[in-house]
Amino acid sequence: MVKLTVNGRALEVDMPEDTPLLWALRDGLGMTGTKYGCGIAACGACTVHADGVATRSCQLPIGDAATMKITTIEGVAASGKIGKAVQAAWQEMDVVQCGYCQSGQIMSAVALVAENPNPNDADIDAAMDGNVCRCATYVRIRAAIKRAAQLARA
Amino acid sequence: MLPHLLKQAAESVVESVPSRRGFLKAGGALVIGAALPLPAVAAGPAAGPRIVGPPDPRPQAFVRIAPDNSVTVLIKHLDKGQGTTTGLATIVAEELDADWAQMRADHAPADSKLYANHFFGLQGTGGSTAVANSWDELRMAGAAAKAMLVAAAAQRWSVPASEITVAKGVVAHAKSNRQASFGELAADAAKMPVPEKVELKKAASYTLIGDPKLHRIDHVSKTNGTAQFAMDVRRPGQLTAVLARPPLFGATVAKIDDAAARKVPGVVDVLQVPGGVAVLATHTWAAMKGREALSVTWDESKAEKRGTDQILAEYRDLSTKPGTSAARKGDAAKAFAGAAKVIEGTFTFPYLAHAPMEPLNATIQLTPDGGAEFWAGSQFQGVEQPAVAGVLGCKPEQVRINTLYAGGSFGRRATPSADYMVEAAHIAKAHAAKGGKAPIHLVWTREDDIRGGHYRPLFVHRIKAGLDKDGTIVAWEQTIVGQSFMAGTTFEPFVIRNGVDATSVEGAADMSYEVPNLHVDLHTTKVGVPTLWWRSVGHTHTAYAKEVMIDELAKAAGKDPVEFRLSMLKAHPRQQAVLKLAAEKAGWGRKPAEGRAMGVAVHASFGSVVAHVAEVSVDKAGKAKVHRVVCAIDCGRVVNPDVVKAQLEGGTGWGIGHAMRNAITLTAGKVDQANFDGFEPLRMSDMPAVEVHIVPSDARPSGVGEPGVPTAAPAVANAIFRATGTPVRDLPFTKGGLV
Repeated sequence: MVKLTVNGRALEVDMPEDTPLLWALRDGLGMTGTKYGCGIAACGACTVHADGVATRSCQLPIGDAATMKITTIEGVAASGKIGKAVQAAWQEMDVVQCGYCQSGQIMSAVALVAENPNPNDADIDAAMDGNVCRCATYVRIRAAIKRAAQLARA
Repeated sequence: MLPHLLKQAAESVVESVPSRRGFLKAGGALVIGAALPLPAVAAGPAAGPRIVGPPDPRPQAFVRIAPDNSVTVLIKHLDKGQGTTTGLATIVAEELDADWAQMRADHAPADSKLYANHFFGLQGTGGSTAVANSWDELRMAGAAAKAMLVAAAAQRWSVPASEITVAKGVVAHAKSNRQASFGELAADAAKMPVPEKVELKKAASYTLIGDPKLHRIDHVSKTNGTAQFAMDVRRPGQLTAVLARPPLFGATVAKIDDAAARKVPGVVDVLQVPGGVAVLATHTWAAMKGREALSVTWDESKAEKRGTDQILAEYRDLSTKPGTSAARKGDAAKAFAGAAKVIEGTFTFPYLAHAPMEPLNATIQLTPDGGAEFWAGSQFQGVEQPAVAGVLGCKPEQVRINTLYAGGSFGRRATPSADYMVEAAHIAKAHAAKGGKAPIHLVWTREDDIRGGHYRPLFVHRIKAGLDKDGTIVAWEQTIVGQSFMAGTTFEPFVIRNGVDATSVEGAADMSYEVPNLHVDLHTTKVGVPTLWWRSVGHTHTAYAKEVMIDELAKAAGKDPVEFRLSMLKAHPRQQAVLKLAAEKAGWGRKPAEGRAMGVAVHASFGSVVAHVAEVSVDKAGKAKVHRVVCAIDCGRVVNPDVVKAQLEGGTGWGIGHAMRNAITLTAGKVDQANFDGFEPLRMSDMPAVEVHIVPSDARPSGVGEPGVPTAAPAVANAIFRATGTPVRDLPFTKGGLV
């Protein structure tokens, strides 16, 4: 049994310690909002926060995650003002198409705005380049991050 | 996809939708009725909608109104991001005069009789047909449901139906100051006779159709992690399966050593099935580790062993030889003899993977009646049901499919062989043969996806065009070389005529530009690499070759690329209007910003027309950067303007991203790429600003999901051509060092 703290809850999962957090969340804990896209940290669909840092959960073994506070898409709105602002901006601007990558996009965006309350285009490129959207919703993601930053500052 | 069918059906679409009277009788039940305790639909993906049958007329085919005042539209077309659930729900809501907040959407169950795509004759999504297909039947369904609500209110209040009004989900009788919600009337309305005739609203009175501020119906569930994709299905006791597939296309299993795989904690079984070796485990990670530990020896004697360099060389050679005629007008040879200038170019296009964000997957549970229940992002139910039935030895209708949101498709989830569903069925069957009863979730990894074939075919085009002394095109000769993904499928008789696969030459054989002498030939090749339609199908390469060649000719003729095009599109006023709109909005003709150049392209596909203008810079090292793209579309009546904009933004990114740096290559038959590191997708920093402009139209709705793709890349290529003077004839751009 590996103990994990996910969205403020203490949970246990019966999987080997080298299991990536992604699969512990999805298969062990039934939290399927965090997505599998590539398994090699090349697409960002599995992004969660580990102690507040945007992290590819496909690369984080649960043995290492045990001491960290994990936040997923399911808990990001409750995690604070920025999480709520990013989700609200995403909804306001109808960012989503297929939606499969958007959990990861939102988690990366929340981490960006938390660190940089007023990101410009270059900041957004740097922070978001690891998150792939095959529907190419990038135009709206960019606009929604700026809107979310505005909402979070208000 | 299947644009030829679309073309064939375009004229007969009105007939193919049952007559109003017949429709309402047959679909009588389409109406209301949801309040009834009918077992037909259990909400929620876990329980999943089920067909109970065979009630005829079947209830609840398209619209359910529940006592909780929700209105649920059953969506027969897969929503893979293109906004179909929003679009079809909007059509119903408009005629119903519902409030948008009360609208819901569920994917319809699999039933080709009830839910056929009228363009295909079976249930399936593709060819950018969803709105065009449903436009009539869903307006009628909404109008019939409204008439029955009104009839129920009239009876309850003992007032004439003609005095009752409906607006924003409220049924009202002003004179007596009474009103009721849909939910309050649903049970009574269900008992009303289905109207023989319905009046459809006039466009001038639309409040939802055309509203640019209407939100997508899935915009909340897809931002908080609650939207259910097939990948998220968790059935009690389910096992995850991954399949070891051959490293070369056409190889087969010779020998298996599964001792190490079986020792991986969580691995439950290893099964040989047609197509490979399946590893079953209690969770996905264990299944993946199990497959890594598996040792399979493959028989490669019948496998495709050519590499793409060799295939390309063979295609180039073929392109210089006459092929099967796809179009022949006038006498090109004679015209070339009298031409003032002749330009010739060979264009090459690589294999491309679809790589939707959600890898292919499906969950299957065999049922006691010998059939099966599926949970999948199912796109081709009318093909999948009989294909799976063939594996299981049951009837197609015993294959029940719960369709969930799909994380993209771009054509990949619809295959004539129902490939991944058939794989899942084989695994479930082998599992059952050993006494297993678990639901099986077959998961493709990204590596399986990138290496799994079903690519946009590799194509070569050779084009020779002649100009007269006035700079007018007098002759155009084009030879196209590539595989047919229709040959050998059930679609072949409809698509391949006189040896020509219409999807290989669409956009070329029917070129819109007025050219007096036009010859188009096709060589259909046989290669062991499985290929498939890919967002915008043949137009992915025909539009590029045509539009890049046109710019070379415009330059040779000393003419402006927009004026040159307009002069040859006199018979196509929609294309002229779209091209003019894009050019005007982009500031065509004005001097672009320092260091930048503009390029343009226009093309008709899927009943719509799109033009792109791209603004590009090329730096001293020769690297191109796309800064801004302006596009215009005429897609007939627009149901959701913001969804159309989103599809054009996405289509633009799709077109540009793949042209920049994507190719699937093979060395000695083995795919060189494996994941997003080798098949590098478009990313945030690549994405230009995109502006979308829509030509107002009251014509019938036409395609949106695909038409945004064909012109994006050639507009960029033409801007590069303007900046550098060198035409970009080989894709991706990385081949020319431009990226």
